[in-house]
Amino acid sequence: MIELQALTRDFDKHRAVDAVSLIVAEGELLILLGGSGSGKTTTLKMINRLIEPTSGKVLLFGEDVCAMKAFELRRRIGYVFQRIGLFPHLTVAENVGITPDLLGWDRLRISARVDTLLELVELDPSVFRDRRPDALSGGQAQRVAVARALAAEPRVMLLDEPFGALDPLTRDRLQQSFLRIRRQLRLTAIFVTHDVMEAILLGDRIAVMRDGRVVQTGNARELIHSPADESIRQLISAPLRQSETAAALLRPPRGTP
Amino acid sequence: MIEQLQLLPGYLGAHLGLTLAALLVGIVVSVPLGILVTGSRRLEPFILGTASLIQTIPSLALLAFMVPALAALGAQSIGYLPALIGLCFYSMLPILRNTVVGLSNLDPAVTEAAQSVGMTPRQQLLRVELPLALPVIIAGIRTATVWTVGTATLSTPVGAPSLGNYIFSGLQTRNYTSVLVGCIAAAALALVLDALVRAIELGLRRRRRVLWAGSLCVLTGLALWPLTNVLRAVTIHEETTVRIGGKNFTEQYILTRILGRSITAATGRPARLIESLGSTVAFDALRRDQIDVYVDYSGTLWTTVLERADKPESRAAVIEDIRLGLQPFGVELVATLGFENAYALAMPRPQAERLHIRRVSELLPHAQAMTLGSDYEFFQRPEWTSLKQTYNLTFRELRSMDPALMYEAVRSGGVQVISAFSTDGRIASYDLRVLDDDRGAIPPYDAIILVSARFSRNNPDVINTLRSLAGRIDAARMRSMNASVDEKGLSPGEAADAFLQAQAPR
Repeated sequence: MIELQALTRDFDKHRAVDAVSLIVAEGELLILLGGSGSGKTTTLKMINRLIEPTSGKVLLFGEDVCAMKAFELRRRIGYVFQRIGLFPHLTVAENVGITPDLLGWDRLRISARVDTLLELVELDPSVFRDRRPDALSGGQAQRVAVARALAAEPRVMLLDEPFGALDPLTRDRLQQSFLRIRRQLRLTAIFVTHDVMEAILLGDRIAVMRDGRVVQTGNARELIHSPADESIRQLISAPLRQSETAAALLRPPRGTP
Repeated sequence: MIEQLQLLPGYLGAHLGLTLAALLVGIVVSVPLGILVTGSRRLEPFILGTASLIQTIPSLALLAFMVPALAALGAQSIGYLPALIGLCFYSMLPILRNTVVGLSNLDPAVTEAAQSVGMTPRQQLLRVELPLALPVIIAGIRTATVWTVGTATLSTPVGAPSLGNYIFSGLQTRNYTSVLVGCIAAAALALVLDALVRAIELGLRRRRRVLWAGSLCVLTGLALWPLTNVLRAVTIHEETTVRIGGKNFTEQYILTRILGRSITAATGRPARLIESLGSTVAFDALRRDQIDVYVDYSGTLWTTVLERADKPESRAAVIEDIRLGLQPFGVELVATLGFENAYALAMPRPQAERLHIRRVSELLPHAQAMTLGSDYEFFQRPEWTSLKQTYNLTFRELRSMDPALMYEAVRSGGVQVISAFSTDGRIASYDLRVLDDDRGAIPPYDAIILVSARFSRNNPDVINTLRSLAGRIDAARMRSMNASVDEKGLSPGEAADAFLQAQAPR
């Protein structure tokens, strides 16, 4: 369970995040949806303290994250981001096993864990274990990054547009894998995206952000049926309209068998 | 050639020792310093700027500057220490700069990942940042290696033996085989060390333990070799060895050997030659008890040490003034060798005859149309000031050059007059006329043997040997010995032997 209480962050004189309060229930996936500059990434990074809050609090299972050592906190939270950030000088197995290694697990346990995780993200350990990151495709690299984030069995995951840089087909496959993994592991997760379709497909609940504030929280159905304002209705309905148009265009013309 | 190669282990070992020690200090200081300042908005430009500034100082000047700087601190001011410190400064910049560049150009995504997986700042540095910056840092170390090997040849003039001994003494005695041996050995050493550092990097990057550990072992082995030399030098009792200093021109290379061989023959004590020293470096070394004996010239001491600008009465009066004047420095004048090696203006005989020039005063009407060529020192020296003022002498142009090139220049007509040394063998072989200093502007330059007072007290046997050399070398003999080296290709050692054999009592 994650609780944000009036979380605020200023950069110089600009307020990037303005008193955001949210509660994410255990096992829930919350989407932070918003355009660039809406404060969604800054909000996310304050949870694992890649950015320190100016004021406000983050509670992780009731504990104030600012009272913990930053590196200990981060070992308890899986983090996946768009630019992937695999360590180029380490093999896939070493990348995945890094947090367990930092936690002092023994070799055999790490090795077994790495194989389990590679299978979980649908990469054959015998093929990929000893590869270097530069020998992976974008989709494979992001699968490895997901495995790395999950390695130390975190109960919480933070994802910052993890599939944003992938081609649509790969993105679709990774989204499906991620949904399966999340259910399997009963993860609590916060997922940042600007892609409304992704938000609708993956999220249990969506928090829409604009100018550093949360403007509305609810599931996709609530957002479209009782939007807080016109722009939210527009935002949520746009992809639906697009997919209906696309479906119509793809329907066979009348008169053909 | 064989004689040159016999010297190789000693010079190469010393060179290697200096280079590796300077590199080690460079790495140990620069890498942590680079880590410390990276990302600091104030420190990074300041430290890099300072390092670049040091790098722009000409290397010879930097090394030479270490001599008075260390002397002011009361430390050993000639030999290994000033050379090492100068070289350390030189090896630092490329390593420092590349450490900073390597660490600040990391992919921010990787740094963010390192934080997010739960690394402490120290773990980030050791597990991610340094390994990724390593190729750039090693490139810096390789640059430093090649620079340091090259610059270490300049340790010779500050009194540390190196491959530069081949080059400096070869240039002075016109032994180009020697120069070539020095250059080739230095180049080969640079290539070998560079290849070893590269092998260590490859081994680390490709995780081939055999490669990096093997290369490291070879490097360590190379470092141990000069170390054994140092140990041996320390274990040989210093008191028995007589340390003979020498300046950086042919005559001095011969005289150090005459002194050394005479002492060894008479007392059985080994002599160590510390050669190619700059003119004032030698006196400072004696004063600070870092050499025991060397040959200097009365006029030089009269002007530079006693700082006298007046015209001396006679040769003997100058010697007496020096004998007294050096006492406060703890330096003792033992004997005059019997010849004078004065600065003198010289010009090709045919021109001198055509223009009827025998004396400096007869040069005056022509000087304004002439160029005066000289060694690096002369125009800075009081002798030149005195010459200028006494005769009211002005030339069209003044040019400093290497003494060896100066004679070629006056022969080919590049310059019309040179400041020669009166014992130089090339005066005869280039058919030059030495112009008479008819107004006595330049003091006499008797060659004199100087020892430190401490050495004189404790070593009466050596002093007696040195006294026995008094008056034994006249100007003609010195000139012919110089010519035998400069013109006939004898080594300074052979010239010294020839002299001692001719002198030996029958």
